[in-house]
Amino acid sequence: MLTAPHDPPGAKAPRAVVSLSSTELRGRAITRKRRGRALTSFGRTLVGSKKALAGATILFIMVVVAIIPNVLAPYSPSAEVFPPGLGPSGAHLLGTTSYGQDIFSQLIWGTRVSLVIAVVAGLISTFLSVIIGVSAAYLGGVLDGILSLLTDSFLVIPAFPLVVVIAAYSNGGGTPIIIAVLVVTGWSFGARQLRAQGLSLRNRDFLAAAQLRGERRLRIIVFEMLPSMTSLIVANFLGAAVYSVLTAAGLEFIGLGNVNTESWGTMLYWAQNNQALTAGIPLWALAPGLAIALLGGAFALLNYAFDEVSNPALRHVVLTRPHRHRIGRQRAS
Amino acid sequence: MQYLLRRLGFFVATLWVALTINFVLPRLMPGNPAEAMMARFHGKLSGQALSAMEVAFGVKTRSSPVAQYFSYLGDSLTGHWGTSITFFPSSVRSVVDGALPWTLGLVGITTIIAFVIGTLIGIVGAWHRGGWLDGILPPVFIILSAFPYFFIGMLAILAFSIKVHLLPQGGGITNGAMPSLSWNFIGDVLAHSVLPGVTIVVTSIGGWILTMRNNMITTLSEEHVRMARAKGLSSWRIMLDYAGRNALLPNLTGFGMALGFVVSGAILVEYVFSYPGVGYTLLQAVLNEDYPLMQVLFLLITVAVLVAVLLVDIITLVLDPRTRGT
Repeated sequence: MLTAPHDPPGAKAPRAVVSLSSTELRGRAITRKRRGRALTSFGRTLVGSKKALAGATILFIMVVVAIIPNVLAPYSPSAEVFPPGLGPSGAHLLGTTSYGQDIFSQLIWGTRVSLVIAVVAGLISTFLSVIIGVSAAYLGGVLDGILSLLTDSFLVIPAFPLVVVIAAYSNGGGTPIIIAVLVVTGWSFGARQLRAQGLSLRNRDFLAAAQLRGERRLRIIVFEMLPSMTSLIVANFLGAAVYSVLTAAGLEFIGLGNVNTESWGTMLYWAQNNQALTAGIPLWALAPGLAIALLGGAFALLNYAFDEVSNPALRHVVLTRPHRHRIGRQRAS
Repeated sequence: MQYLLRRLGFFVATLWVALTINFVLPRLMPGNPAEAMMARFHGKLSGQALSAMEVAFGVKTRSSPVAQYFSYLGDSLTGHWGTSITFFPSSVRSVVDGALPWTLGLVGITTIIAFVIGTLIGIVGAWHRGGWLDGILPPVFIILSAFPYFFIGMLAILAFSIKVHLLPQGGGITNGAMPSLSWNFIGDVLAHSVLPGVTIVVTSIGGWILTMRNNMITTLSEEHVRMARAKGLSSWRIMLDYAGRNALLPNLTGFGMALGFVVSGAILVEYVFSYPGVGYTLLQAVLNEDYPLMQVLFLLITVAVLVAVLLVDIITLVLDPRTRGT
């Protein structure tokens, strides 16, 4: 049963999607209302916390750069047409590589792939975490036992060696393979957290009420449980995105990605291969490294701020009255 | 006792999951990479080594997958790991024996240092919440932990061995140095491990600070801490004995998970510094498509982490009376 670790979630995913589209409008309205509330609190965090604002600003700039690199980059990222190893100047803001490419243009173009990997891998692993974690919590019994064991095992097995081994077997499959590998190794942390929260929700009155109304299990999970977990799910996405940024960069850095894509990790790979540090072109390695750190840091800052929303005990502010009521309810979990 | 048995059970189950992943992966992959590797090394390996590898990777063998699986399990557990291709004709066993002490020393010591320092900063930060220490150290280290390990390593090389020739750029020992028990040799080993060690500590400390600080804040608002204050105990005693000890427990439970991250980062640090440990060897094996060595190293890293987690479970048994009952 455990021999193919990514099978069970894969088999379950489509079913959940199908039933989601076939439900009536009332449920959707409720969901929208709850999700709306969670999003308002997210927005409030964003404005209220300097950390969150810094993270969101960095992220916003990177998204813009990822959308219009052709406007912002002065040259083609791959054209080997300049004198190699130039220092920074007006024409080449960050100098040129040993191959005579413009480093600044590479940095701009690299944003897209790096950002896409982070967001897509983050989204898919969060989706998996939700499905596995919440079903384990809600179904209970033997199924919970099996799913929890699987989750805990994947949590303890060191991810990077596993990532390296899978990437090595798949032999340079490029970005989709990297994303798949990140998902396989990245879902377990969130699944465990969501299971814990799901367990604490299980015995709440509103779920008992839904059961008494005779609603189906799947409906209860999707429309009653999930909306009340929105903040944790968002936090999980941010965590998974940080993990994806760093791990993808590491994989590309050692040459296990597609070395011909334009991404920050790939830039580091070529820089390391040409000993950029000793060859007097340190910017070739420093610029993409800093960009990766900035992207990872942006997600981490948002997560840090968001942690304070989902765990009010960590917060240091005076709350307004209606707000306090809701926080109290969350805290009980 | 029941607690210990449960943790032992988890250890065995996880080990089995890891072994099984290792067995299934090469068989799941499209295009059968193992077969390509076998074809490349057909002339190079002796008949016996070849047939052992055929069993291990399920190539051109007539035995059923189930029989292959059990003989694989047996070979893995008894240390019959075959021949390395990168370091031919050395056995995988001897390559592993050469790499293991380096990593155990480097990662083991740095993890303990990072855990102790991070936990202390977390405790003090939460105690003087909003103070200058709490305002500076946690955010700084949390931002640092968002940096890729290898990037910090590259910065360290640039600063301390290229700009200032203070410490060696990489390797475990100076080229050609003979291993001996002299102070010279020990000093040489230490000098080579300073930069990779500091890199790992600096990047992994943030996680410990964050979890410890959060636990501590939660614990500080509990009744027994208020009680201790009411009794007029010294603040050191309350901070460490009443709050710190309780806040430490969830942090220890999270140790296994965090260790996985640290080990993952350490692999890249070893790569950047060409440090001759398990991680560096693993990446060499990967780049040379040395699947036997790669599989064993992956298993070994996993087992090392599992053993560390089990040790932490035993420490928890000592620290937390609740696990001893029933």
